[in-house]
Amino acid sequence: MSSSTPEPEAASNRGASPPAALVVAATSHSYGKRKALENVGFSVAQGSFSVLLGLNGAGKSTLFCLITRLFATQRGTIRIFGFDVNRAPSEALRRLGVVFQARTLDLDLTVMQNLSYHAALHGISGQATKLRAGFVLDQVKMADRAREKVRDLSGGQMRRVEIARALLHRPRMLLLDEPTAGLDIKARADILKHVRGLVASEGIGVLWATHLIDEIEPGDDVVVLHEGKILDRGNASEIAARAGAAGMGPAFTALTGAAGFEGEPK
Amino acid sequence: MSGSTASSTPGAQGLGLAQYAICLKGIVWREALRYWHQRERFVSALVRPLVWLFIFAAGFRSVLGVSIIPPYDTYVLYEVYITPGLIAMIELFSGMQSSLSMVYDREMGNMRTLLVSPFPRWFLLTSKLAAGTAVSLAQVYAFLLVAYFWEIEPPSPWGYLTVLPALVLAGLMLGALGMLLSSLIKQLENFAGVMNFVIFPMFFASSALYPLWRVKEGSPWLATICELNPFTHAVELIRFALYEQINFLALAVVLGTTIFFLGAAIAAYDPSRGMLKRREGP
Repeated sequence: MSSSTPEPEAASNRGASPPAALVVAATSHSYGKRKALENVGFSVAQGSFSVLLGLNGAGKSTLFCLITRLFATQRGTIRIFGFDVNRAPSEALRRLGVVFQARTLDLDLTVMQNLSYHAALHGISGQATKLRAGFVLDQVKMADRAREKVRDLSGGQMRRVEIARALLHRPRMLLLDEPTAGLDIKARADILKHVRGLVASEGIGVLWATHLIDEIEPGDDVVVLHEGKILDRGNASEIAARAGAAGMGPAFTALTGAAGFEGEPK
Repeated sequence: MSGSTASSTPGAQGLGLAQYAICLKGIVWREALRYWHQRERFVSALVRPLVWLFIFAAGFRSVLGVSIIPPYDTYVLYEVYITPGLIAMIELFSGMQSSLSMVYDREMGNMRTLLVSPFPRWFLLTSKLAAGTAVSLAQVYAFLLVAYFWEIEPPSPWGYLTVLPALVLAGLMLGALGMLLSSLIKQLENFAGVMNFVIFPMFFASSALYPLWRVKEGSPWLATICELNPFTHAVELIRFALYEQINFLALAVVLGTTIFFLGAAIAAYDPSRGMLKRREGP
């Protein structure tokens, strides 16, 4: 599997089985003259935990903006369960849950009020929201804080609420942009464990963007993004083997080193 | 899946009219809640026009005589004359305030929560506009209540009702202007410029503080600018509506301007136009 060849047929590489949760095909994006993404292609299978690994400035956030349709895709296509985000945004976005890198909760509102607002943005009625919110908050062990203002929560708790919120409308694909940034070790481990649990128990497809190599397990699918290009992708242990390295850490250094390391993290 | 609501297939139900109503209600409700948490905003929004009413208008009462012009069929006090202008001022500030909070939301990332909703973007933005207008209505009626105790009231209590559609329209127009500006302002720090280049010229070059015939006496070209200023028409629409009358020219201008501003704002927030330039926090 060579690095940046486009694979528009990625969706169908599982034969007649259901479409991949997410397909990014031959996608390029530039800000003026600066290329942020160049011919990026990969897919996330349903019920898989995929890691988008890259340093700051590698293009992870740009890619997230394209997947969530904050920007229109300039070149290439992005599909969520077969729905093109630019042609059928409503169908695509409905199946997608997002945890953004920046905190996006209303601090002065309570946890429950934040969830109700999100539910309304997905057209979910008040009664259904109450039931579902109780369930998702319970999952992240925040049910007893539902009436508290978000401002009074810790960083880790806010993240857990954001994950609960992202799952409120039952998406089958979850995007997380550096969800553990700024959290302590325990909060990081809790969140990672919870999301991995969701993949196992509910079969949700997850794309987890990070620059932290220790968040990757040997069985994970990994997409290595560097300076807007995909350097390698596949099973973490395969990538390590291909790079002739002992683990993902050395493999990443070897890959980025080979690609020229001018773009050190900001 | 061990969820607790009936439909377990995600997105199985489509987005029908009921879902649109839920979404609109949710956006208005959040705006109201946020407003409730910033009560200082309410107080300052009320104090501003009251200062104008109690101090400025009282001081100019004897200086400026207002002759009989429609919709007034008798001589009116200066306070009565500037009340519609002050109402429009409340809505102008409210519109700019929403604009400010949209720029803020965009910088903080909150805006994304709104924009990744599966509802069409024009609907989300229009709902946001409706929410901002609803909040401005509460401010206007609070102001009218205080003005009532200052013995400034419409000729009949019906005026409070007939002014409502005019308030809604003017509020939408000024809110849409704010939304358009928010898409053009790249950073929060640039907001002060909006104050200088939008709020003040719009307010002063209008019929809010002085009737246009008086402006004409002093400077015909300024009067022309005032006539072209949509804010003038918002003021006149409100002024006539308080007297249970419709100023059709003002209605047409306000309606047309609202559609133009809103259309431009929706276009500006369209993902393919790239007005939402990269705003990444590290």
